[in-house]
Amino acid sequence: MSSMNGWETVIGLEIHAQLATKSKIFSGASTAFGAEPNVQACAVDLGLPGVLPVLNAEAVHMAALFGLAIGAHVAPVSTFDRKNYFYPDLPKGYQISQLAQPIVSGGSVTITTGEGEKAVNKTINLTRAHLEEDAGKSLHEDFSGMTGIDLNRAGTPLIEIVSEPEMRSSAEAVAYARKVHAIVQYLGICDGNMQEGSFRVDANVSVRPKGETKLGTRTEIKNVNSFRFLERAIDYEITRQIELIEDGGTVQQQTRLYDPDKDETRMMRTKEAADDYRYFPDPDLLPVVIDQTLLAEWKASLPELPDAKAARYQSDYGLSPYDAGVLTSARAIATYFEQTLNSMGAAADAKLCANWVTGALAAQLNKANLGIEQSPVSSDALAGLLLRVADNTLSNKLAKEVFDAMWAGEGDADSIIDARGLKQITDSSAIEAMVDEILAANPGKVAEYRSGKDKLFGFFVGQVMKAAQGKANPQQLNEVLKARLGPSEGSS
Amino acid sequence: MSDYLQSLSHLRAGLDAGAFSARELTQYYLDRITRFDGALNAFITPTPELALAAATQADQRLAADERGPLLGIPYAHKDIFCTAGVRTTCASNMLGDWVAPYDATVHQKLNNAGAVMLGKTNMDEFAMGSSNENSAFGAVKNPWDHAAVPGGSSGGSAAAVAARLVPVATGTDTGGSIRQPAAYCGITGIKPTYGRVSRFGMIAYASSLDQGGVLAGSAEDCALMLQAMAGHDPRDSTSANQPVPDYVTELDQPLAGLRVGVPRQWFTAGLDSVVAARIETAIVELESMGAQRVDIDLPDAELALAAYYLIAPAEASSNLSRFDGVRFGYRCAEPRDLNDLYERSRSEGFGEEVQCRILIGTYALSAGYYDAFYGRAQKARRQIAANFEAAFRDCDVIAGPVAPTVAFNLGAHVSDPATMYLEDIYTIPVNLAGLPGMSVPVGFSGSRPVGMQLIGSPFTEGRLLAVAHQYQQRTDWHQQIPAAYREGAA
Repeated sequence: MSSMNGWETVIGLEIHAQLATKSKIFSGASTAFGAEPNVQACAVDLGLPGVLPVLNAEAVHMAALFGLAIGAHVAPVSTFDRKNYFYPDLPKGYQISQLAQPIVSGGSVTITTGEGEKAVNKTINLTRAHLEEDAGKSLHEDFSGMTGIDLNRAGTPLIEIVSEPEMRSSAEAVAYARKVHAIVQYLGICDGNMQEGSFRVDANVSVRPKGETKLGTRTEIKNVNSFRFLERAIDYEITRQIELIEDGGTVQQQTRLYDPDKDETRMMRTKEAADDYRYFPDPDLLPVVIDQTLLAEWKASLPELPDAKAARYQSDYGLSPYDAGVLTSARAIATYFEQTLNSMGAAADAKLCANWVTGALAAQLNKANLGIEQSPVSSDALAGLLLRVADNTLSNKLAKEVFDAMWAGEGDADSIIDARGLKQITDSSAIEAMVDEILAANPGKVAEYRSGKDKLFGFFVGQVMKAAQGKANPQQLNEVLKARLGPSEGSS
Repeated sequence: MSDYLQSLSHLRAGLDAGAFSARELTQYYLDRITRFDGALNAFITPTPELALAAATQADQRLAADERGPLLGIPYAHKDIFCTAGVRTTCASNMLGDWVAPYDATVHQKLNNAGAVMLGKTNMDEFAMGSSNENSAFGAVKNPWDHAAVPGGSSGGSAAAVAARLVPVATGTDTGGSIRQPAAYCGITGIKPTYGRVSRFGMIAYASSLDQGGVLAGSAEDCALMLQAMAGHDPRDSTSANQPVPDYVTELDQPLAGLRVGVPRQWFTAGLDSVVAARIETAIVELESMGAQRVDIDLPDAELALAAYYLIAPAEASSNLSRFDGVRFGYRCAEPRDLNDLYERSRSEGFGEEVQCRILIGTYALSAGYYDAFYGRAQKARRQIAANFEAAFRDCDVIAGPVAPTVAFNLGAHVSDPATMYLEDIYTIPVNLAGLPGMSVPVGFSGSRPVGMQLIGSPFTEGRLLAVAHQYQQRTDWHQQIPAAYREGAA
């Protein structure tokens, strides 16, 4: 990687987000994922002769919400164009898209890279976001040399979100993609499911010598379906391009695919024989006109978005920028966090809650590869546990044990505490009695301690804890021991 | 029955009075199709069983005292309208025996009105042509002269109505495809304002120009049929959300004070002198009924022709991309790979004229040529519309020729499509501007009929129909029946 010195990376992203409408963008067929092939494709989606598209108003609403959320210009009049090309999963032989007059242009999002003191904010500008229909799927496996076509996805509404080439590292690209992902989910306009292809990222990557203002030749990495793969695909591509140039070669304008198994990108097709899509205005559709009063209503209806929420978490709850950022990085996490706080009622402790959501819970979810919506420990259940931490029933250590038991499905915090007898001993007389018993059983050690061997303090703590099966309140135990043992001469 | 055959309103009266049943009426026309269509070839798919079943239903509705203008009235569809259960071919091998799983909105409306479909008529393949010679199902003959073409692309509908194989038929008009065959066959045809009739289920040729309409024996019959077909359709975003006036009531508008614009540029060297004379005579007739002749300027007809032959093929090249051999229609035998499947399916499935227009359109939309061709054509289109707008400041309707000549001979233009394209020089500007236009029979040149075109501003179908109707009260050109088809007809 030392060769990367002297080079600058330029990255722009094109994100295809499927809009969460009930029906397709130009037909009444359902958009639900996972149905048997070709059962959710009506005559319009199949491109049968004589059918006509009718625009789904909800798709327009959702695209406009995105524009409003990123401070973009939402066009009062936008138009649809046909992008013509032949492919078996494109039933009409053209895709209805927006080229000349997209519904959304401009706008920006703020990304943060690095943590704590090293955190850096950067504004990434967007070029545009436009409405279009998705194609069907070509299934190349399982048909012994033939290709299966599933048109269920054909006609699913998309917004294609195009950034300016303003990202300079894979970390920035991932931060940008995550921020857009968070925004569309906050808006409720996309389910964000990358596995199912609801949120797909194409990365345009080029490199140039530092100080150069002209862009290098770019390659486009298509359809990356996780943030981790996005980072790895871009990093691979940066290294590949730099090595290629340093070895005297030139970068070809290409479309490349990322192979997660081999962790490499490989060529899909060159762009030399540039596709000519023969765009022209779709004569079957009227211009989309958005009434300005309606647009104002839509603007007023926007939910609290990630940046605003993060700022509020810092000011209202005193959370660190990092914790606030993590908690607001996805709408589901923020919702979980807020629900946990709510469930704790009067004893709500935002910092404690934030620590657990970003700590133990996040770690387990990560390990199990689960989203927070699928957490086996609900926000109510976590609140039940945190209440026992807040009222000192559980030490942090015990709380972790209880949490693991909750995760394993053993019940709620209180019943696990009861069943395992994990309640912390906070009764001072009980602790005094245990301390006295240990001291009485170890007169020699007591004498050694008092004559200056103060390291023995830990031994006494350990013995008492052992007797208490770990449940003695550690602070109280320390205090009682110190009082009973008196000063250790050597320590003064 | 013979006392009732001269118009839809006569048929209506006969059915309502019980002079004959819808089934008897249907059988009468089916018999004529059997007897005459072997020579004429106006029908691609006659549907006698379905027709008789529909007629029986109409009789039941009539027996239940239900009344409606088209209840029990037989008609034919140009084979471009999708009909669930009956194949829709567009006269192309590409579609062959393809059966749509849905009805075109127009078909649905006519069904609901109780009209009885007798079958689906021949046409130029995908509506591309002016002679009906570009049909995978063979050429149609002109009932007035079997050596002549019936015009196109709605040639089958025009020939069928002229030969009285059916009293009324649907058609579509992208650059003259209703008006020109109506003129060539001596019948009355109307192409409504773009958006007046739903395009849903009407297989697209050039979406921004295509418009469904009527071919019939008279303006009054056109009015009755159009009334049932017109109206807003939520399934067609380009259909006009405007109320449909009562066309039949409007027929009685007198012509007094009506300003009839006559475009100077249309009566020039390119126009056949007999055709010009017949139209002049018809205009004089209109004047005698109180109309006022206004000579107007309507320039740029050549520009319109050029623009049309870029815009229509451009849209067609895209509209016809769906015929790829993958999901429906013709597929070549044993394709080697995907490109072979595309190439051979489309080369073998489409006829020559269709392939020619797809190529022109593909070229016109290509990167680097778009501005020079498609972009400029759109500009020209706006100019044409502006020319009409200016003309309509000085007149209420425009009267002129439908085509430069009467019907030409079969095979006359086969080797020279460019001269065939000239046949549409007076009709194409109307499509580019989206205006309503009619063809009204005004006499003959030898054995072949001459049609006069009437053009109105948007949504003035009622006035156009009224002008034609008033003219037809004073003339009987529309009642002429070709000699070979007179027997048993009225």
